[in-house]
Amino acid sequence: MSDTDTKDPIIGAGVPRIDGPDKLAGRANYAADNLPANMAYGYGVFSTIAKGKVTRLDVDEAKRMPGVIDIFHHGHFPSLYRTPSSFVQGNKVEETRLPFEDERVYYEGQFVALVVADSFENARAAARHVKVEYAGESAVANLAQGLEDNGTQAGGGHSRGDAAATFDAADTTIDVTYHTPVETHNPMEMHASVAYWDAQGDLTIHDASQGVVVERNALSKIFAIAPERITVHAPYIGSGFGSKLWTWPHAVATAAVSRELGRPVQLVVPRQQMFTTTGHRPETRQRMRLATDGNGKLVSLRHEAINTTSFTDQYVETCGSVTKSLYSCPDLTVSHATTQVNRGTPTSMRAPGAAPGLFALESAIDEMALAAGVDPVQFRLDNYAERDESQDLDFSSNHIIEATQQAAERFGWHDRTPEIGSMREGREVVGYGMAACNWEALKRPCDARVSLRADGTVFASCATQDIGTGTYTIVAQAVSDVTGVPLDRITVKLGDSSYPDGPISGGSWATATTLPAIAGAARNALDELKRYATGGNGIFAEASADDLSVADGGLRYDGKQASFAEVLDAARYGSADGEAHTEAADSKYSYRSFGAHFVEVRWDPGISHLRVSRVVSAIDVGKVINATTARNQVEGAVVMGIGMGLFEATEYDERNGRPVNNDYAEYVVPVHADQPEIDVILLDYPDLAFNEYGARGIGEIGVTGLAAAIGNAVHHATGKRIRELPITLDKLMDDVPQAQSA
Amino acid sequence: MRHFDYARAESAQQAVAAHGSERDSAFLAGGTTLLDLVKLDVMQPQKVVDINGVDLDTIERLDDGRLRIGAMVTNTALARDERVVDDYAVLSQALLAGASTQLRNKATTGGNVMQRVRCPYFRDGVSACNKREPGSGCAAIGGVNRSVHAVLGTSDNCIATHPSDMCVAMAAIGATVEVQGPEGRREIDFADFHLLPGDTPAREHALEAGELITHVTLDAPLEGSRSAYLKLRDRQSYQFALASSAVIVRMDGNTIREARVAMGGVGTKPWRAPEVEAALKGKTASETLFADAAKRAFENAVAYAQNGYKIPLGQQAIVRNLTDLTAA
Ligand SMILES: Cc1cc2nc3c(=O)[nH]c(=O)nc-3n(C[C@H](O)[C@H](O)[C@H](O)COP(=O)(O)OP(=O)(O)OC[C@H]3O[C@@H](n4cnc5c(N)ncnc54)[C@H](O)[C@@H]3O)c2cc1C
Ligand code: SF4
Repeated sequence: MSDTDTKDPIIGAGVPRIDGPDKLAGRANYAADNLPANMAYGYGVFSTIAKGKVTRLDVDEAKRMPGVIDIFHHGHFPSLYRTPSSFVQGNKVEETRLPFEDERVYYEGQFVALVVADSFENARAAARHVKVEYAGESAVANLAQGLEDNGTQAGGGHSRGDAAATFDAADTTIDVTYHTPVETHNPMEMHASVAYWDAQGDLTIHDASQGVVVERNALSKIFAIAPERITVHAPYIGSGFGSKLWTWPHAVATAAVSRELGRPVQLVVPRQQMFTTTGHRPETRQRMRLATDGNGKLVSLRHEAINTTSFTDQYVETCGSVTKSLYSCPDLTVSHATTQVNRGTPTSMRAPGAAPGLFALESAIDEMALAAGVDPVQFRLDNYAERDESQDLDFSSNHIIEATQQAAERFGWHDRTPEIGSMREGREVVGYGMAACNWEALKRPCDARVSLRADGTVFASCATQDIGTGTYTIVAQAVSDVTGVPLDRITVKLGDSSYPDGPISGGSWATATTLPAIAGAARNALDELKRYATGGNGIFAEASADDLSVADGGLRYDGKQASFAEVLDAARYGSADGEAHTEAADSKYSYRSFGAHFVEVRWDPGISHLRVSRVVSAIDVGKVINATTARNQVEGAVVMGIGMGLFEATEYDERNGRPVNNDYAEYVVPVHADQPEIDVILLDYPDLAFNEYGARGIGEIGVTGLAAAIGNAVHHATGKRIRELPITLDKLMDDVPQAQSA
Repeated sequence: MRHFDYARAESAQQAVAAHGSERDSAFLAGGTTLLDLVKLDVMQPQKVVDINGVDLDTIERLDDGRLRIGAMVTNTALARDERVVDDYAVLSQALLAGASTQLRNKATTGGNVMQRVRCPYFRDGVSACNKREPGSGCAAIGGVNRSVHAVLGTSDNCIATHPSDMCVAMAAIGATVEVQGPEGRREIDFADFHLLPGDTPAREHALEAGELITHVTLDAPLEGSRSAYLKLRDRQSYQFALASSAVIVRMDGNTIREARVAMGGVGTKPWRAPEVEAALKGKTASETLFADAAKRAFENAVAYAQNGYKIPLGQQAIVRNLTDLTAA
């Protein structure tokens, strides 16, 4: 970090997003805003059955329609190659099947043809005239059917001690099963690709992507050309929540047909197909078996999770990832398994594994506390792990006890009367509930470049992305921190695969990964500058580099100050550049973020109305780099957690696997009116073992545990334990009439 | 793109003439239903007659105390009109409980009366749906039918709710729909305007092909009454009713002289509940009375796989609304 500490620190300041004005003024170009000359438009024809085969595809009429250029499908599509889809190699995709590879249909809403025309409207109209005949087979429509038809495939786990034996011998036990539905990411910005090939056969693609480098590498495998010949641009993303981490079939198809046609092609995935062919959080079933001894100490914990996956790929939702280490428990088993259904391949959705996993774990902990007769907060304080027992490592930094206590205090937990339904205000029954939240802190390898330029500005670049979370801004803060140059003279460029390799924007690792590389590159640029300053015709030729200090956007020597621009001008260099490479996190410690949510719900039984009225969250994510964007991440995550708890579920017709509520009107997410008072406490303890800034990343942790805190509060208010999300009003009503027939 | 003829009418006569008696012509008002369904390829008009130039956007008080609303008055304008706010609170509240500000700014009175069902099987363009493709069946029966499907007025051919909030208030108030058609003008009682699905779910309303709604005229306000709309749903805003009630009561001390009750979210049309009204009339207000009266509305209700909860929820919407109104 800076070797001068005279001004208010820029790290931690709540500076507004530096990309805000461009977004507000409409100058920020998203993928589909790119309209290269001579561009054609693609529109998909999507399967209307979830399982079977295309037996006949009649494009004759569609081909004759106005503006149609070509129609691609199995049998008329270039032959491509598969990517090994390796996370380690950085060429992962989630759906490994190549578009139009065969005539099979694995899920409803799968591409079966792609119309390219001179306008979006013409392409869409023609797509509706492509006649597709299918030989349909009976679809596996949900998790229960999957288990019945296909059983499970193993998905890994963790085990220590003998959880079954201790369970059988224990004083108090619970054995409960939780269920979470499919959730669809539903970012505002549609998935979109604009691809074109130049005369040399090099590919440029503008894609709504959370990972330009991985996309480049995957496309390089798929098109069998060197990665250097592909450029992926994603300077702005209208959020992704994980759905844009990996390349989906539409991007591959767009690039392929662009090459075939020799002109740019744009394809925007319609909202309906964003429910089918760009991933989702899978359905889960989680059996929880817990036991305590006579002192309310957890002695046995088993978390067995099954999630749905597609028939083409195995995606494991690691529901037990947190269970391994959050609580101290000698005898513990976590297991993951999948079952195949006729849905598209699932993918990471904000806090994958932990979001559904902590719904089950933190609800079960609440049930266990009640069974053991211990206050749920006290139960957690008594049982939180002091070290990571799954890895036999110390935590680098863990303030969960303080987070829980601070949030409890701020929330007013001590006012809670534990009897069910005992807190009332007017017509409403008030319920208090809480849950821990938790997320692994990750850090990936990263490269970055920083240039101090003769015009007095600084240019920083890295091929990571800003997915709307504030990465541009915190990168600029890090550059300013090291160089002392104010933010308005710093330009940050991200989201371009030709920049130095940066991480995908996922796993909450962008901050911890990118900032040290940026800071390193800035320091290297300063070292270069010092060499220029002390070289032949340098401004401080008499000094040695070690004698120079960095201050106020310039160099200082012996009481004399020279701006970077003056130093460069004297030495006749246009810029002083630095690059840096930083490595992935070491394994000396278990690096994790911690926190606790406290939730107040209000249940009005007279009209069966449930709402979340208050949330207090205390979060321990290490050093907070930007107080504004950090708070914003937690608040947004809380709102998403309310959606998960109360509303969100993609509903599939159990007769044929069709996703039914596939639009913004019917897929219910919270609106502003659903947002309660949200009080976020950021603990701000730097985790310097993790990286030089001590920051662990904050994008996902806020989602974890929130649905459980709601469920626990609902139980406190109503006495009903809803083990199947979302907690909709019909599940809380008494004496609901059942259907006489269908 | 899918081509259609477009004509812009300056008068009701012109609109009717341009429309003709073709079943595949459509009037374009705010477009919030029509354009949505055209883009989904569910409605495929060959001819679109834009009526935004037709002078039908005024609200006038008639000598007999009724309120005559032009078909092109927007939902926002109607909800904010002082006469509506003062005399028909239930209507103003119902409008404001619907959709979003942006949609209400575009949506019109005529269009709202004519809005189509929200059944996802109707909208997907693929599933069996007797409304979209008569005779193909009803995918909602035995499918996903939790939120926008009815328990009252359903048939084996269709169970979709009428989605409108505005119409529920109008059903309670009482109204007349004025239409102009190739054969001239006529009036349709609001209660007869929307049709039950029965064996012909594709036939949703009493308009003949080519008839244009010119006005909806509300009955004179019930002297000395108060009214309110209560809408129950999953999220707090921007969702169609799971159950709603429009209630108008005239009290005499603690006695209910007269009550008008209609329901949304539970019926295949805006659902007036005369049996509830009869049970309330002349009785002393109490929650037991309300509960007992509300129950009557659902005596013939049919629960489907996922929407049985609407039977108690609909009753709660009535009871709470009555409780608050009679306490005020
Ligand atoms: C996302 C969303 C949420 C919504 N939420 C709600 C809600 O919560 N509550 C609610 O009540 N509504 C809701 N709506 C529906 C909305 O109220 C209707 O779409 C709107 O009222 C239709 O009016 P319009 O003027 O836009 O009609 P248009 O779309 O222009 O027309 C609708 C239909 O009526 C016909 N038509 C229009 N005017 C006339 C006329 N004068 N005579 C004869 N036929 C005519 C058209 O040909 C067409 O068939 C929602 C809509 C959307 C898209
Ligand atoms: S309920 Fe009505 S609209 Fe829905 S599928 Fe059945 S027939 Fe069609």
